[in-house]
Amino acid sequence: MEKFTNLTGVAAPMPLVNIDTDMIIPKQFLKTVQRTGLVKNLFDEMRYDDQGNEIPDFVLNQPAYRQAQILVTGENFGCGSSREHAPWALADFGIRAIIAPSYADIFYNNCFKNGMLPIVLPQDQVDVLMEDARKGENARIAIDLESQTVTSADGQVFAFQIDPFTKHCLLNGLDDVGLTLEKVSAIDAFENAAAQARPWI
Amino acid sequence: MPKTLYDKIWDAHVVHEDSDGTCLLYIDRHLVHEVTSPQAFEGLRLAGRTVRAPDKTIAVPDHNVPTTPDRENGIENPESRIQVETLDRNAQEFGVNYYPVHDVRQGIVHIVGPEQGWTLPGMTVVCGDSHTATHGAFGALAHGIGTSEVEHVLATQTLIQKKSKNMKVEITGSLPPGVTAKDITLSVIGATGTAGGTGHVIEYCGQAIEELSMEGRMTVCNMAIEGGARAGLIAPDQKTFDYVKGRPHAPKGAQWDAALAWWTTLKSDEGAHWDKVVTLKAEEIAPVVTWGTSPEDVLPITGHVPDPESFSGGKVGAARRALDYMGLQPGTRLTDIEIDTVFIGSCTNGRIEDLRAAAEILKGRKIAVKRAMVVPGSGLVRAQAEEEGLAQIFIDAGFEWRLAGCSMCLAMNPDQLAPGERCAATSNRNFEGRQGRGGRTHLMSPAMAAAAAITGRLTDIRELAPQPA
Ligand code: SF4
Repeated sequence: MEKFTNLTGVAAPMPLVNIDTDMIIPKQFLKTVQRTGLVKNLFDEMRYDDQGNEIPDFVLNQPAYRQAQILVTGENFGCGSSREHAPWALADFGIRAIIAPSYADIFYNNCFKNGMLPIVLPQDQVDVLMEDARKGENARIAIDLESQTVTSADGQVFAFQIDPFTKHCLLNGLDDVGLTLEKVSAIDAFENAAAQARPWI
Repeated sequence: MPKTLYDKIWDAHVVHEDSDGTCLLYIDRHLVHEVTSPQAFEGLRLAGRTVRAPDKTIAVPDHNVPTTPDRENGIENPESRIQVETLDRNAQEFGVNYYPVHDVRQGIVHIVGPEQGWTLPGMTVVCGDSHTATHGAFGALAHGIGTSEVEHVLATQTLIQKKSKNMKVEITGSLPPGVTAKDITLSVIGATGTAGGTGHVIEYCGQAIEELSMEGRMTVCNMAIEGGARAGLIAPDQKTFDYVKGRPHAPKGAQWDAALAWWTTLKSDEGAHWDKVVTLKAEEIAPVVTWGTSPEDVLPITGHVPDPESFSGGKVGAARRALDYMGLQPGTRLTDIEIDTVFIGSCTNGRIEDLRAAAEILKGRKIAVKRAMVVPGSGLVRAQAEEEGLAQIFIDAGFEWRLAGCSMCLAMNPDQLAPGERCAATSNRNFEGRQGRGGRTHLMSPAMAAAAAITGRLTDIRELAPQPA
C-alpha cells in the first residue's frame, strides 16, 4: 500500500452534501476485474453529457482542478454502496485526501485501505478550506498526517483526529492482511474455542 | 453490566483487542458476489494466500446476471460475462460453497443466505455489499465491507473493526392496514436522515417489529445502511427459530438444541446502555414513497412534493438538485405523479411474501404503465411463486416474469431505465442514475408498487377501489 505522510496541493471544491458512491462511480463501470483504470468514469454523470463530452462547468473538468489531489466536500460523503471502486476511482484521478464534515462508514474505511486520507473537520473549518479550494491554483492546502493538521492557504492550522492504528498503517504503508496474519495463532485459538462453544457454526 | 444484543454478539467474536480498542473480529459467514470480489481473489493469488475457511464462504453471482430466460445461453455483455466467469473460476479454485447462475438456488446473495440456512442468530456475517444488514433480521451482526476487507476476510476469516455505538429504534403499537415493513424502514430513515445512524448499530424493537414476519424483518434491516448505520439487528424469537429450522445449513438434532439454548439468550438486557434512541408510533406510519434522490426524501403518499426552500443548510441545494433531476414541481400532489415503469424485486422486497402482496393487488387487473417487471429474489422464490399461481397473476396483469438477480435495483445488467423514465420500485436506493442514467426512482412497498402499476400513477393503496369480482 502507498504511504501517506504529507501533501500540499490544489483542492477541488464540491460543496454538496450526501455525495453517494453511485455519483462517484456509477455501477455500469464496476464490471472490471481490476483496481485501476476507473479514472475515466469518476463522477461520470456529472462530468460528461449524454454524448460523452466533458461538461466544462464540472469542477474536475476545469483546468485549475485537473491535477487536484484533495477534495473538499459536504457531509456524509461516500454514502451508498460498499463499492471500493469509489476510492479506487478517486485515487486513480490523483485524489489522496478528502476533507468533509462527515463520511459514510464503509467509504471512510475503504479510503485507508488504499492509502487515502479522509479528514473530518467541523463545518466552519471545512467552509474556510472550501473558500481556499474555490481559488484553485492560488490557494494550496497543506496536510500533515504526523502532526494531524491541515493548513489553509493563509496559514490557519486545523487539527484533525485519526485512530492511532490507522495512522500508523497509513504512515508506513502497511498492509492489513499481513498484519493480521501475524496474529494467526490467536485466530487458531479462537476458532478452536468457538468450535467447542458453538459447534453448529 | 447489562449488555445490548450487539454487545453480546460482538463480545462472542473478539479474537484480539488492541489497547486503543481496535479489535480483530471473527467472521462466521462470508458471502461473496461477482462484482466486489475479483480484485480480492486476485490479491490472494498474488500474495500466494488461500481462503482460510472455504466452508464458511458462500458465493453467488447476482449483481449483473441477466434476468431474461435466454441467460441459459450465456451472458451477452462481455464485461459481465468475464465477472461471472471469474467468480466461477475463483469459487472452484478456492473451494468455496457456490451457487452458479444455472442452479435453482441462485439468487440475490442476501436472499440466498437466509433461504439456505447459512444465516443464523448470533453470527457475524459480512459481504462486499452494503445491504448485508439484511441478515440482522435473524439477530446476526451483519454488515457490508469493501473489497480490501473481502480480501482480508478471505485470508484471515477476521475483520479489523472498532466497536460502533448502540442505537435503539423502537416502533410501538401495531401497523395500520396497508402499511408494511417497507413503510417502517423508510419512515425511520425519513425521521433520522441518511446519516442518522452513522457510527451506530441499530437494534429495531417494539411491538410492530415483533409482529412482523421474518421476511418483513429482513426488509426493515435491509435498509439500516440507508440510514447510515453499520448494521441493523432484531432480537431472535420463536418466529426466527421456526424460520431457520429445517433449512439445508441450519443445525440439526443435538446441535439444534445447543444452538437454541444460546440463541434464546440473544436479547438486550434490561437497563443496557443506548447511545441514541428513536421511537416511532406504528399508528402514525402511513404508506410512504420517496420524492427525491436520497432515501431520506420520504413522505406519506398523501403528501405533496416539498419546496426546497423549506429545508435548511446543505439540504436546500440537494433538494433543488433532486427535484430538477426528478422532474418534479414543488406542491404537486404525490398521487398526481405519473409512472412509466414498475419494478418489483431486490433484496429489500424480492421474497415470496412480497410477491404475494403485489399479486393480491394485481389479481384480475391490468397494468396501465409502459412496462412492469417482477424479478424474484432467488430461483426458489420464483419456483414457489409459480407453484402458488402468483406468476400467472403477474403475467396476466402484463408484468414480465423474470429470473432471479439484482436486476433493475442497480441496473448493472440490461434491465435499466431510459433517461427521464419514472419508476415505482420496491428496491432500496433512489440515487441519481441508480436504475439507469437519468432514470427517476420512487421507492415504496410491493403493494404500493402494484397499485401504481394498475393506475399509472403513485397511488395510496388504502384508496384503491376493491378488486373486480
Ligand atoms: S438487490 Fe440491489 S441492493 Fe440488493 S444486493 Fe442486489 S444490487 Fe444490492
